[in-house]
Amino acid sequence: MKKIFYLFLAFFGLGCNFSQAQVQKGSVLIKNATVLTVTKGNLESADVLVQNGIITQIGKNISAPNGVQSIDATGKYLMPGIIDAHSHVALDVVNEASAPITSEVRMKDVVNPFEIGIYRALAGGVTVSHAMHGSANVVGGQNATLKHRWGAKDPADIIMQDAPRTIKFALGENPTRVHGRGNGIQPRSRMGVEAVIRNGFNEALQYKKAWETFAAAKNTKGNTLTPPVYSERLQTLADILDGKVIVHCHSYRADEIYMLINVAKDFNIKKLVFQHTNEGFKVAPEIAEYTMGASVFADWWAYKMEVYYSTAFNAAILQRNGAITSINSDSAELIRHLYHEAAKTQRYGSLTDEEALAMITINPAKQLGIDDKVGSIEVGKQGDLVIFDSHPLSSYAVPQMTFVDGIKYFDIVADKDDQRQLVIATEMVEPIYLRANEEAHRCMQDVEIYLDAFDVAFLKENH
Amino acid sequence: MKRILVLFCMTWIALLPSVGMAQIDGQFVKPRTGKFILKNATVVTVTKGTLSNASVLLENGKIIGVGASLPTEGAEVIDCSGLFIYPGMIDGGTRLGLVEVSSVPETVDYSDVGNVTPNMQALTTVNPNSEAIGVTRVSGVTTVLTVPSGGLFPGTAALINLNGYTPDQMYGGFKAVAMTFPSSGRRGRFDRRSEEEIKKDGEKALKEANEIWDNAKSYLELKNSGAELSYFPEMEQLSKVISGELPLLIEVNAASDILSAIQWVEGKNIKVIFTGIAEGWRVAEQLAKAKIPVVTGPVQDLPTRASDRYDTPYANAGMLAKAGVKVALRTDEEENVRNLPFHAAFAAAYGLGKEEAWKAVTINPAEIFGVADQYGSVEVGKKANLIVSTGDPFETRSQILHVFIDGYRIPLSNRHIRLYQEFLERSPGLKAN
Repeated sequence: MKKIFYLFLAFFGLGCNFSQAQVQKGSVLIKNATVLTVTKGNLESADVLVQNGIITQIGKNISAPNGVQSIDATGKYLMPGIIDAHSHVALDVVNEASAPITSEVRMKDVVNPFEIGIYRALAGGVTVSHAMHGSANVVGGQNATLKHRWGAKDPADIIMQDAPRTIKFALGENPTRVHGRGNGIQPRSRMGVEAVIRNGFNEALQYKKAWETFAAAKNTKGNTLTPPVYSERLQTLADILDGKVIVHCHSYRADEIYMLINVAKDFNIKKLVFQHTNEGFKVAPEIAEYTMGASVFADWWAYKMEVYYSTAFNAAILQRNGAITSINSDSAELIRHLYHEAAKTQRYGSLTDEEALAMITINPAKQLGIDDKVGSIEVGKQGDLVIFDSHPLSSYAVPQMTFVDGIKYFDIVADKDDQRQLVIATEMVEPIYLRANEEAHRCMQDVEIYLDAFDVAFLKENH
Repeated sequence: MKRILVLFCMTWIALLPSVGMAQIDGQFVKPRTGKFILKNATVVTVTKGTLSNASVLLENGKIIGVGASLPTEGAEVIDCSGLFIYPGMIDGGTRLGLVEVSSVPETVDYSDVGNVTPNMQALTTVNPNSEAIGVTRVSGVTTVLTVPSGGLFPGTAALINLNGYTPDQMYGGFKAVAMTFPSSGRRGRFDRRSEEEIKKDGEKALKEANEIWDNAKSYLELKNSGAELSYFPEMEQLSKVISGELPLLIEVNAASDILSAIQWVEGKNIKVIFTGIAEGWRVAEQLAKAKIPVVTGPVQDLPTRASDRYDTPYANAGMLAKAGVKVALRTDEEENVRNLPFHAAFAAAYGLGKEEAWKAVTINPAEIFGVADQYGSVEVGKKANLIVSTGDPFETRSQILHVFIDGYRIPLSNRHIRLYQEFLERSPGLKAN
C-alpha cells in the first residue's frame, strides 16, 4: 500500500509540473487607438495597458510604467483577441472513431504546438481556439481550449489551463455514415443517434449510482461491497450530467437539434452549445430558450445534403431570436479571416458592428465558459488583443499585431518569410499542398478505414 | 423586435419597382426585360472613370446611354440617388450550375470518366435552375466561367450569364478547352505519395499529354488534307485548340509546373490562358515575359507551403499584376461564388489595389475571354449586366439593391432570403399552438 502511495505521489508531482509549465506573460501599453471593447462600447483615441498578462487600465493619457513598451496605434483599431469556438488547428489526430461513444479520449493529448496553422491564425487576429474532436461518432472526445502562444514547445503551454472542460457530440450524416453504413452498428439513422445518447446517459446514471452505493457502504461495518470497475468513458458522461463539462454538438438539421434539446431537458443538462447548426434558424426560439446558443458558419451551405436547406441569414436570425451566436471556422483557412466572416452578418441580416464583433469575441467566450477571462477589452481580463489598420469589419482590414497575455506573437512589420518552429528532417523537399482549402477541413480526418471508396472520395467535402 | 420588423418592411418597400408588377413579399416573381433608366447614381464604369450624378439607360439587353441627361421616354425610372452603379462581376473560374450538393454524386456533373474527355461540354450540364445561381447573382456576380475538372483534358468550359431558362439563353459567347497540367504538388493530406513517386507521375503524365497532343495534331493535319476520319470526338475537340478556334485553359499551380507549362505551350502557337497559378508570385517575371494571361484564385486560401509567408494567397494577384501579368480572379467554387467580391477585396488590400481588383473581376476577364466588346464595363453598346449598390460592393456592409443581367431586371430573392423572411419571426414561436 505504501508503495502505491509513493507511486501516486510521484505521478501527482509529475502532473503538477505538467500543468505548471512555464507560460510567459507580458506587459504592453497600446496608445491612441480606436478601442472596440465589444462589451462597453467604443473609445476614441484611447489607451489600453496590459501588465503581467492582465488588462489593468483603459483610458486616456495613460503613461507607460517603467520598462513597459508603448505602441502607438494612432488611426488604428484595437479589438479583443478573436476566439474561434470550432477549430482543428494544432491537432495531430482529430477522430477516435472506433465506437459511437469515445468520451474517454482527450484532445489535449494530441496538441501539436509546432503547427504553422497557429501562427497563421494569429496573423488573422485569433488568440484562442477550441481544438475539437471530429464528428465521426455521436459522443466524441473531450476538446482542448488553446491559447495561441506561438513558439511554445510544450503542448501544455498552449492549452488554456483555466478553461472549463468541453466535449464533442455529433448528430446526423457523419456518425450515421461512419458507424451505421461503415461499421454496421447503431446509429444508422437519426433515431439511432438519439438512442446512443440516451443509452449512454442512462448507463452513466447507473454507473454513478453504483459508485455512490459503494461510497456509502465503504465505511459501514461488515461491508462486503467491492468497488465498481472504473470507466473513464462513463465517468465523463456522468461529469456531463453533473454540469462539469460543456457539450459542443456538431449538428445541422432542425429536427436533430430539437431532439438533443429534449434529451438535455430530460437529463437536466444545461451546458449545451450547438456547432455548425445550419438549420438552427428554424428552431431559433428553442435554442435561445434552453441552450448556450449556436456557433455557426457565416455562409457555408450545400456542401452536403443536410446543409442544402440553409441560409446565410442563419446567424442574424439566431441573434434576433436571442440565442447566443458565434461565428466559427472549423477550417485552417477560415480561421485566418474570422473578422471578415463575422462581417458577413451585415450583408446577411444587417447586424450592428457590435453584434457582429461579439460573434467572434464575447459570444464564443461565453460558449467556452471563458467569458470572465477573455472576449472583451475590460480591466481584469487577459491581455489578448489585436490591432487592425482599419475597422475589422471592413473587407479591406489587415491585422497588424496580435497579443496573447500581453505578449506580441504577430507583427506584420516583423513577419519573417519562414515562420516555422520545426522543420522535419525527413522532409528533404518541402511538400507543396495545392487546393489547400479542401485540405483545411478536418472534421472527418482519420476515419478513412471505416468508409467505402465513395465516402473517402467525398470526405474532403464533409465537415 | 418591432422596430426591426418595421425596418425590414421598409427595406423591402424601397426595393419595390416603380411600375407595378406581380409581386411576392414585395418582390417581382421573375426576371423581366424592357427599357430602364437608372437615374442620378455614381457610375463606376471601370474603363472610363467614375461619373457622379449620372444615369444609365438600358434597352433590349444593351446599355444605350451613359451620362448626365438622357431621354427617359418609355423607360421605367429607377431612382438611384445616393447609390452606385457598377458593371456586373465576372468570376473567371467556377463549377456553378454543374453541381447542386457536393457530397451527393447524383448532383455532381463537373467530372466524367476518363482522362481525355475534352468533348465533355460544361454548357450541356449547366442547370439554369440551380439554387446556387439565384444565391450568387444577388451578390453582384452576373457572369461566370464554369469549368469541368478531373482528368488531363476534362472537358470544355463555358462562359454563362446567371439568367435564363436554358443553357443557350445563358451562354456568354466564350468556350475554352480545359487542361489540368501534370502536377508536382500534393493534392492534400490524403495524397501520401513519396516525392519520387510524385515526380515520376508528373513526368509520365506530361509524356502522355505530349502523345495525345501529337495525335490531335495528326488528326487535324489528316482532316485538313481531306482524309476520311472515323468518329473521334476527343480528337475533334482538341484539334480545335490546335487550329486556334478554341483557347486552352490550363490549370497549373506549383511554381515548377508553371515554368514547365510555359515551356510546354511555347512554339505551339495556340491561344492559352493559365488558371489557378497559386504559386504565380514565385515566377511572376517569367509569366509576364511569356505574355500569358492568368485567372488566379481563390484568394482566400492557404499558402501552398508551410515556409511561405501567411499572406501569399492574398498577395499573389497583386504581385502578378505588378510584374505585368494580366490578372483576372476566380473563386474556383460552386455554391460560394457569391464571395467573389470578398476575394477581390482581399487581393486589393494585400497589394492589388481597389482599381485593379475591380478590373480583375470585370474588364480583365472579359478581355482574356475575348468578350470585352460585350462585358466588363458600363459603356454604351455593351450588354446590360450591371448592379446597383448602397456602397462599395466589396464591403459586406453594402447592400446590392438591383441586378440587371442581359437587360433583365433580376428579382432580388432566393431561397436564403425567403428562409430569412419566413424564420426571422417564426409563427408559431416558442409556445405550442
